[in-house]
Amino acid sequence: MSHPIARLAARVGAVLLLAIGLAGCGINAVPTQDEQVKAAWSEVLNQYQRRADLVPNLVETVRGYAKQEQTVLTQVTEARARATQVTLPADILTNPDAFRQFEQNQASLGGALGRLLAISEQYPDLKSNQNFLALQSQLEGTENRIAVARRDYIGTVQTYNTTLRTIPSRWIAAILYPNAKVRETFTIDEKAQEVPQVKL
Amino acid sequence: MIHPRMHPQVAWQALLAGLVYVLLATALYAAPVFPPLTGRVVDDAGILSAETQQKLTQMLAQHEAQTGNQIVIATIKSLQGYSIDDFGYQLGRAWGIGQKGQNNGALLLVAPNERNVRVEVGYGLEGRLTDAQSRLIIENLILPEFRKGDFNTGVLVGATTLLRVLGGDASALPQQTEQRKSQDEDGSGGGSVIAIIVIMFIFGRFFWPLLFLGGFRGRHGGPGRGGFSRGGFSGGGGSFGGGGASGRW
Repeated sequence: MSHPIARLAARVGAVLLLAIGLAGCGINAVPTQDEQVKAAWSEVLNQYQRRADLVPNLVETVRGYAKQEQTVLTQVTEARARATQVTLPADILTNPDAFRQFEQNQASLGGALGRLLAISEQYPDLKSNQNFLALQSQLEGTENRIAVARRDYIGTVQTYNTTLRTIPSRWIAAILYPNAKVRETFTIDEKAQEVPQVKL
Repeated sequence: MIHPRMHPQVAWQALLAGLVYVLLATALYAAPVFPPLTGRVVDDAGILSAETQQKLTQMLAQHEAQTGNQIVIATIKSLQGYSIDDFGYQLGRAWGIGQKGQNNGALLLVAPNERNVRVEVGYGLEGRLTDAQSRLIIENLILPEFRKGDFNTGVLVGATTLLRVLGGDASALPQQTEQRKSQDEDGSGGGSVIAIIVIMFIFGRFFWPLLFLGGFRGRHGGPGRGGFSRGGFSGGGGSFGGGGASGRW
């Protein structure tokens, strides 16, 4: 105990332990998880954009075979316009209203597309059209990617929000990252918005 | 472990609370249970013959040796209540098919009990094997065999075409036969054939040597290179984002 070198070693050890302990309980957790949330969010946007990009082609192809379905075609076009024309506010992930609006717009586009695919079941010529088949499988693939991207986003937000709201990471965040805010996450189930397939 | 001054009852309560927390957490993050990745072909449902498995393993090993793409074929006893779309990407991630950073993995997944099949394509291969192509392979090659109850042929034919498309040979894809016929009857197909013949004449001198070169190269890379032992296979850490297509029979 009394040896000065032993005391020094003990002090150095304590400081090291403290540093490791801090890193262990997540001094970097907030920025790391924040970046993960951002990455997951851009993947969500990316996939929604991909879906929106498919729409004009799909609408044109369906129109070629099913002109009389004007209502559904217009609904899809309008829903796409609503979903894409709005420039997203920078604080969308922390602004509940903007986030709900975004989610609502995307969900209504999803619903309209579901109806479009349901009615196209009634047109055999359309169903066997090569271009339509390709578009349809791309759309299905994109819907699936959207589902995955949303789930990944929900997962990262859950982790991030938990870090911000639980002790002791909450204290660390309050001291070191006072600007960090809890993020919004998805609540509407896209699948629930889709109209069940009409088989005639 | 328990602090001497802590009352045993408090300790028990803490332990119980911890347990409940862990249980809740696992329930929230419930993921399907996956079979272990025992090789390039995981026949969990037991529908493939030993011969098919061996052929597939060799094909897949050769493909990885040539392109680096990791392709795995899996048959699953049960989807455990998940849709195959949902199950597929999670399985691909859990196994880490594809190289890390490149995400060049793909999965051919068969769930015979749910009568579902899926081609799951890793992020890095989505451009080479599109959703539409995956769907063509499923609809036109795999499902007809599966409907006859012939899993071995269906998987073999599907996997062969999958590998050819991934190797850059999109002509391996089955086209919609009826569509093609009707186009030929219209006479619109004739023009392109003539054009190809003309082009072949014009570029004949360049074209034929190229063809032979291609032939030689093909022979060098021929069978006999896939010498991977089945036990030594493991995923490279690739990830999946839900690309691909599914089908039912």
